[in-house]
Amino acid sequence: MNPIVEISDLHVRFKGERTVHALNGVDIALAQGEVLGLLGESGSGKSVTLRALLRMLPPRRTDLKGSIRVEGRDVMTLDEDALERMRGGTVSMIFQEPMLALDPVYTIGDQIAESVVKHEGVSFAAGRQRALEMLETVRIPSPRRRLDAYPHEMSGGMRQRAMIELALACKPKVLLADEPTTALDATVQIQILLLLRELQREFGMAVIFVTHDIGVAVEISDRIAVMYAGRIVESGTLRDVVKHPSHPYTRGLLASTLHGAHRGTRLQAIPGAPPRLDQAPVGCSFSPRCSQVSSACAVETIPLSDIGNDHRVRCVLAERVLQAG
Amino acid sequence: MSEAEVLAPVSDIGGPAQPLLQVQNLSKHFTVSGGLFARKSVVRAVDDVSLSVDKGEVVGIVGESGCGKSTTARLIIGLIETDEGTILFDGETVGSAISLRELRRRVQMVFQDSYASLNPRLTIEDTIAFGPKVHGVDPEKAREHARDLLRRVGLDPAVFAARYPHELSGGQRQRVNIARALALSPRLVILDEAVSALDKSVEAQVLNLLIDLKEQFGLTYIFISHDLNVIRFISDRIVVMYLGEVVETGPVEALWDRPRHPYTQALFAAMPSLDPDHRTQKPPIAGDPPNPIDPPSGCRFHTRCAFAEPVCSSTVPKLAPTGVALHLAACHMVDPNSGHSLAGSRGPGS
Repeated sequence: MNPIVEISDLHVRFKGERTVHALNGVDIALAQGEVLGLLGESGSGKSVTLRALLRMLPPRRTDLKGSIRVEGRDVMTLDEDALERMRGGTVSMIFQEPMLALDPVYTIGDQIAESVVKHEGVSFAAGRQRALEMLETVRIPSPRRRLDAYPHEMSGGMRQRAMIELALACKPKVLLADEPTTALDATVQIQILLLLRELQREFGMAVIFVTHDIGVAVEISDRIAVMYAGRIVESGTLRDVVKHPSHPYTRGLLASTLHGAHRGTRLQAIPGAPPRLDQAPVGCSFSPRCSQVSSACAVETIPLSDIGNDHRVRCVLAERVLQAG
Repeated sequence: MSEAEVLAPVSDIGGPAQPLLQVQNLSKHFTVSGGLFARKSVVRAVDDVSLSVDKGEVVGIVGESGCGKSTTARLIIGLIETDEGTILFDGETVGSAISLRELRRRVQMVFQDSYASLNPRLTIEDTIAFGPKVHGVDPEKAREHARDLLRRVGLDPAVFAARYPHELSGGQRQRVNIARALALSPRLVILDEAVSALDKSVEAQVLNLLIDLKEQFGLTYIFISHDLNVIRFISDRIVVMYLGEVVETGPVEALWDRPRHPYTQALFAAMPSLDPDHRTQKPPIAGDPPNPIDPPSGCRFHTRCAFAEPVCSSTVPKLAPTGVALHLAACHMVDPNSGHSLAGSRGPGS
């Protein structure tokens, strides 16, 4: 089956006072109806990947190389009109801060109606009708009343639901989710995660879900891709990556999570800090923090090796294991 | 202790059995004006909160936004004035037996935003030496002490002392904030979401550091976080807050084994599972926490509780013993005489 989103060898470099090598060769193939959890720490490039996909990065300050295809169409060559049709139409996005994503001076109903009118060319009344149906879909209590509410009149969880509704109003085939539950309270976060899981199934959408939280990634993803310093260092099915992490960074990340860690023990922290991104990386970016570093790690770019079941690892050790057979 | 020690640690007064900090019936209500014609309303941010912290103990305060955990911390250190309540430090009443200035030497705080809590125009060394200088320490000695503290928090003074906050990473800045908190040789450090903004790999480093420093300096911590994993890892005792009130408190093992309050149970059940084969299937509770302006009557959790009965909206449940030492919960199902149909089902002997 053809992937609905296909990113290959994507490089993003921000120019300006300082140069930032944000993405250094990212490949993603997202199948229809698949949920990919993009896991990484701040600066790893996960949000930049989403923004590049929608071509939302400031064009004058961004060097974009590589290829991005959505439903087989080359996103890199789309003009402004076509991009606008794609954004919120085929591909939609939800964010961490609904207050910034929603327009404060329009009611929820009007914002959703506007989006439907624009993308589907229906009347405003029909748009409002769709908005009402959608409010029911995202399980907002007393939807008819909420239609005429302004964003500031809603609680954090409600606003998040309203933003999801806005994103899904035109039945997108791909949903990009940028840490949509990070700012929420624990009891609300799990509600939103389960809602997204349900809606994803109901709509059959493909989802790229960006998060720094392994627990959240486990709740939502079919597959996981772990990012470090602008590259994917490991990817595979949820079970393979979580139960058999094979890149030293993924292993370190899982070991340093506090889940079930016991008092009185020391946490197995990864030493050091993520690298600065002002220079293009040579070799493995994680090697300065890696306990299994060798001279092989410094040479050229290390490829992703498939260690079975499409479980890919960007590490010289994985390569060696494969060659040893 | 090194020679750079300049402010002598505060001597112990009450002995080991005397709690280091006792907070009694603390309340803080904020008035909000609702606009030109709206009536004024009151946010009951902290309502009749009592807690005590033993010497050398780590007490974790957990709860969702608006539960009053940060306000409680700010009241303890006197950053905002209390409406009601007493604070005793090592048995001495704050405000009469010891001054606020004196208290702030003994109690220090580390905040979530590592950048906002540092003066951007002071070097790291000057930032750490600032407090001791205010308290009358010789500037040269204060700087020497600052460099020693930098070493102890894992930052090489030769590299970092002359740097400015913007030249540091988030993890490094938080280490500086910790060093600054220790510069006055406090006995109690309040960590308000101190690791929440850090990346996971760095969070683990800072938690390890905090545990080491506690040992080295004989510190006591109040650790405030919304992250139950962090709270469980670092705390000896946990305090769970909901809408300005303490709903449950107890030793970490007891609370984890068998939380009694339905809110605590929901909070635990809402933690992502981390096991691909056992994902969460159902949200433990629906809806958002209610607005702390005009909170629900009786038990403030009754609007979201599966076990709510008429008594829950009419009567405020008191923290009652669960039968496990030091483990208390404010739920009508714990108190055998509450009138709830499940009264006592979560109480002593249950």
